[in-house]
Amino acid sequence: MIRVVLPPHLRTLARVDGDVELDLNTTVTQRSILDELETRYPMLRGTMRDHVTQLRRPLVRFFACGEDLSHESPDAPLPEAIAKGSEPFVIIGAIAGG
Amino acid sequence: MSGVRVLVGTRKGAFILTADGARKRWKVSGPHFAGWEIYHVKGSPGDSNRIYASQTSGWFGQIIQRSDDGGKKWNTPGSSPEELKSPDGTPKGESNKFVYDGVPGTHQWYDGTQHPWEFKRVWHLEPSLHDPEHVYAGVEDAALFESKDGGKSWKELSGLRKHDTGPKWQPGAGGMCLHTILLDPQDPQRIYVAISAAGAFRTDDGGKTWKPINQGLHSEYIPDPAAEVGHCVHRIAMHQSRPNTLFMQKHWDVMRSDDGGDSWREISGNLPSDFGFPIDVHAHEPETVYVVPIKSDSEHYPPSSRLRVYRSRTGGNEWEALTKGLPQRNCYVNVLRDAMSVDSLEPCGIYFGTTGGQVYASADAGDSWKPIVRDLPAVLSVEVQMLP
Repeated sequence: MIRVVLPPHLRTLARVDGDVELDLNTTVTQRSILDELETRYPMLRGTMRDHVTQLRRPLVRFFACGEDLSHESPDAPLPEAIAKGSEPFVIIGAIAGG
Repeated sequence: MSGVRVLVGTRKGAFILTADGARKRWKVSGPHFAGWEIYHVKGSPGDSNRIYASQTSGWFGQIIQRSDDGGKKWNTPGSSPEELKSPDGTPKGESNKFVYDGVPGTHQWYDGTQHPWEFKRVWHLEPSLHDPEHVYAGVEDAALFESKDGGKSWKELSGLRKHDTGPKWQPGAGGMCLHTILLDPQDPQRIYVAISAAGAFRTDDGGKTWKPINQGLHSEYIPDPAAEVGHCVHRIAMHQSRPNTLFMQKHWDVMRSDDGGDSWREISGNLPSDFGFPIDVHAHEPETVYVVPIKSDSEHYPPSSRLRVYRSRTGGNEWEALTKGLPQRNCYVNVLRDAMSVDSLEPCGIYFGTTGGQVYASADAGDSWKPIVRDLPAVLSVEVQMLP
């Protein structure tokens, strides 16, 4: 079971409380997590990565185990702790005022 | 008509203000989509329960919201709880997928260089006059999109953006936005749009081909003041009974056309300033027009710090100040281009919202005003939906 922490605005949009729990039957990567999230919550499509290019939106960042993975390959396997669910995959909106 | 619904988009959410035909007691609901910028909320003329909203964020991009019950419940089109459980297949989640047709190309940037077209947000949603499932979206960078499935999917009417003059279009201070969409009630093939800073355009074939309609506009702030395109049109308004007559608030100058935009003439007359953003027409008097003069392009507040709506009952040139109930000292708010609207009750109601968070209403065609609410976030848009 993988745990994903969404930023508050996306939690509201997806109508979820707290962490999202996902089961993945594939290698756990940024891409496989986002694919599953968007399948479960289609209203999140386009909010974290571009519809067409699939590139991360500039003010969205991905963290795991205290590390900023925003600039890592979306197909790189994530740490074991994420795959096992002992640590969450964290999606945040960059601190940029507002 | 038993009542009126005023749809307000703000910097931090949407609000819905509802009253019966007397328009004295208002119920305020919201914020909807709290914390998000709501550029525009507009109801369908064909279905008083159908409302579309443009919800945007610099972080998370564009969202389209739709209500089918007058604003009580909202869903991104195609992802209502019922649709998510549907056995017909997974919803595609494409209600916010605004992709330019083909290779987007370039337009002129602030410094005169060419810059790629990049989708940023939806400024204006214009539902069809008859079909609640059919809606147009005016976007930044300037383009017109259309949905025929209630906002679930969008297709660009790319003849506009691909017009020969496209590379000459440039962003205004607020970005290169398509902010005005007027549907001709007598000719479903005719649509008018306006873009900052490109100008006004018209199609007579349902959006396939477009022509610039800027003859007569004069803009001192561009290299050729009478150029075919490049004018910063702020808003255009039309009376439903006379779709060939258009009223325009330009960056500077209030203008009028009586030939569907083929030619324009200035009607600023005795206005204290002919700079401003919104313009609208009385619901029952096609020669009665409203504007809100603003001091200048660098000082976006009312002249003499007095908030005055100006009304012309002669189709322009002769304007009277409407001040009763509006602040007449120390007022430094602005009224943005989509933040004025009229109802079709008798007498005609006029509404406008300010960047200071007030929404003012007049139930007597502008003779007197009262704030419905006065401490909202900065108001971006005000639209009226009539209730049966």
